[in-house]
Amino acid sequence: MAVIDAAASDTVMRAADGTPLKKKLRQAERREQLRALMLIAPLFLFIVVTFLFPIGSMLERAFYDSDVADNLPRTKALLANWDGKEVPGEDVFAAFAADMKAASKVKTVALIGKRLNYEIPAFKSKVVATGRKIDKVEQGPWKEAIIGIDPIWGEVGTWAVVKRSARSFTPFYLLGVLDLRQAADGSIERMPADRAIYVQILGRTFGISFLVTLCTLILGYPVAYLLATIPQRHASILMIFVLLPFWTSLLVRTTAWTILLQDGGVFSQVIHLTGITWLLNVLGLVDGEPQLFKTRFATVLAMTHIQLPFTLLPIYSVMKTISPTYMRAAKSLGGKPFYSFLRVYMPQTMSGVAAGCLLTFILSLGYYITPALVGGGTDSMIAGFIDTAMNSEANWGKASALGFMLLASTLVLYYVYNRLIGIDRMKLG
Amino acid sequence: MKKLSIVFAAALLAGTAFGAAARAEELTVVSWGGAYSKSQHEAFVVPYIAAGNKVTEAEYNGEVAKIQAMVDAKAVTWDVVDVDTPTALQGCAQGALETIDWAKLGLDKSKFIGSDIAECAVPNIVYGTVYGYDTTKYKDNPPTTINDFFDTAKYPGKRGLWKNPQVNMEWALIVDGVDAKDVYKVLGTKEGLDRAFKRLDTIKKDIVWWEAGAQAPKLLADGNVVMTSAWNGRLYNAVKQDNKPFKIVWDHQALDWDWWAIPKGGPKLDEAYKFISFAQDAQRMADQTKYISYGPSNTDSVPKIAADMLPNLPTAPDNLKTAWKLDAAFWADRGDEIKERFNAWLAQ
Repeated sequence: MAVIDAAASDTVMRAADGTPLKKKLRQAERREQLRALMLIAPLFLFIVVTFLFPIGSMLERAFYDSDVADNLPRTKALLANWDGKEVPGEDVFAAFAADMKAASKVKTVALIGKRLNYEIPAFKSKVVATGRKIDKVEQGPWKEAIIGIDPIWGEVGTWAVVKRSARSFTPFYLLGVLDLRQAADGSIERMPADRAIYVQILGRTFGISFLVTLCTLILGYPVAYLLATIPQRHASILMIFVLLPFWTSLLVRTTAWTILLQDGGVFSQVIHLTGITWLLNVLGLVDGEPQLFKTRFATVLAMTHIQLPFTLLPIYSVMKTISPTYMRAAKSLGGKPFYSFLRVYMPQTMSGVAAGCLLTFILSLGYYITPALVGGGTDSMIAGFIDTAMNSEANWGKASALGFMLLASTLVLYYVYNRLIGIDRMKLG
Repeated sequence: MKKLSIVFAAALLAGTAFGAAARAEELTVVSWGGAYSKSQHEAFVVPYIAAGNKVTEAEYNGEVAKIQAMVDAKAVTWDVVDVDTPTALQGCAQGALETIDWAKLGLDKSKFIGSDIAECAVPNIVYGTVYGYDTTKYKDNPPTTINDFFDTAKYPGKRGLWKNPQVNMEWALIVDGVDAKDVYKVLGTKEGLDRAFKRLDTIKKDIVWWEAGAQAPKLLADGNVVMTSAWNGRLYNAVKQDNKPFKIVWDHQALDWDWWAIPKGGPKLDEAYKFISFAQDAQRMADQTKYISYGPSNTDSVPKIAADMLPNLPTAPDNLKTAWKLDAAFWADRGDEIKERFNAWLAQ
């Protein structure tokens, strides 16, 4: 009786053990949520460990480079207060000499030189030589000794570059991939023409991706329509022709193209025998046998082949959900076949078209192997230059900045797409 | 953050070596692939394994960046690497290679030609960068000079070149009229560099670029090019072993060394020394010439080389007439910068 009385004495609803029902409910809900979280935890952790973190730490290199700061710590500290108007005084030179001696011991002088060389051409060997010679000088005055080794140390511009690159956070790499650089006075200027290539390459990457997307759409849309409208029995057989290449490795398909397209290969024989070569010659488009291998044409052709299923499949699965009654209704209301198709059927497929095209476009942006194997030197896309920067130039900062640019432009594209079409309208099936 | 990113880079690199720990007892020897790796396999690795050691062989295309990345990430999975001279010097200056202790090797340094050039490497062979052509394409009037390589009017067709400025820039200047002994003085200036690129521009559209040494003879064999630059041993093997109708043009060949080097901080330093010492044996280095036409740097090996092989070596007097030496110090200093401009030039 006492329990009931107590319960009645306040207005809170309570569970059998006396705790308020609200609290109990919250506890139960939290447990449910926790259980749900545990289910997604493996994937979440997997993504954090294998994706977000490595990408984050690689991207960091686009802004962060401590080679100079780590190896010239004393110089860096003193240069922080330097006004940049005149060549620094004896104290800076003494600190610089001490830093260079320390760097010589651990063989990192070349790393300092390498970073400074990005901004002052042919500077690396001077830094290395200075490191070697200063190691033998026992005592000051350092300013005189160092300028004596190489007069370049007596220039204000040199020290401005040292000061700037001693900052661990640097805009240098990101400016570089936009074909810009900092002038001696810190203002931003254009890269000289013989080194300014990255804006052009970004444009090329987008251009090729756009062309490939367009080709896959033109080729894929009618096929998807066919697959979606013929009887299931036939559709399954035809579907195999789409899926088999889709399941084959990208490398295998690209290599196959290199064999088909090479000079005197199958492809050039076919267009020769069918008279296409003759026609192209008559039209004045080519002179003699057309060059196929290592061209833009080959790049777009091979990429279109590889990307076709990515555009086709989302369109197909959306088409499958469109009831044939709409078309019948359109016809019975007097619509001509083409008009009904254009006004009734096509608008309903747009969500699939959008999904397929976005998928193909974004995947194309990152193409690397195909342009490298079937394309020429002027068909390399941005991913190819990331490889060059990583593996041949050992310039991880540049590689990372290029990666950043690719990621950023993809995200901008996604944003624009979302504003124009709306990501909720995208359907993969 | 920096530390963690290094740990990650290390994890990635370790991953690419298919779990280095699983074969910790094996020595990983990395070289340039194709016929050259095969010659090293026959002459050094096979007897080394027969002596009770374990070796894994791998290939690369001479990228110092790959060695540097391993050393920076403190995840060195390559124990012994075959490098060219610019890489030996640059890797040494950047702290990516171990300084060689000749006493530990147990070899007499003075017996090895070139051994005083690099502190961090042991010279193994002398090779020449030459060009070769398909004799079936030019019956009457075959190319004989380096100028002919750049003459697309007289010798039409595609040409193969190494996708690396080294040697190509020098050849361009020589063709442009610079004397071979002044090439590096000219190439060191902005005007000289422009001049070399301008000369390369004249054949740019006819160039097919190769990256791995084995690609060069393959391009020629597949008919993708009518002539190609190559390392002399690669062409020799294509002729000798695969009976290809190729001929080497020795005019203005670029001479350089290949070296054994040890990436810094590797876990198997002693074994690496042991392997290099084993491979630098006079008889074994002479044996290597049975498989590829490179000149051993060990002076004791020279009398042991088969007589019929001598004229095929880059160091044969006939082949040396117009030869010039690759200035490794120049490339170690300026290589990164010129490579960057070269890559930009390729993309334009």
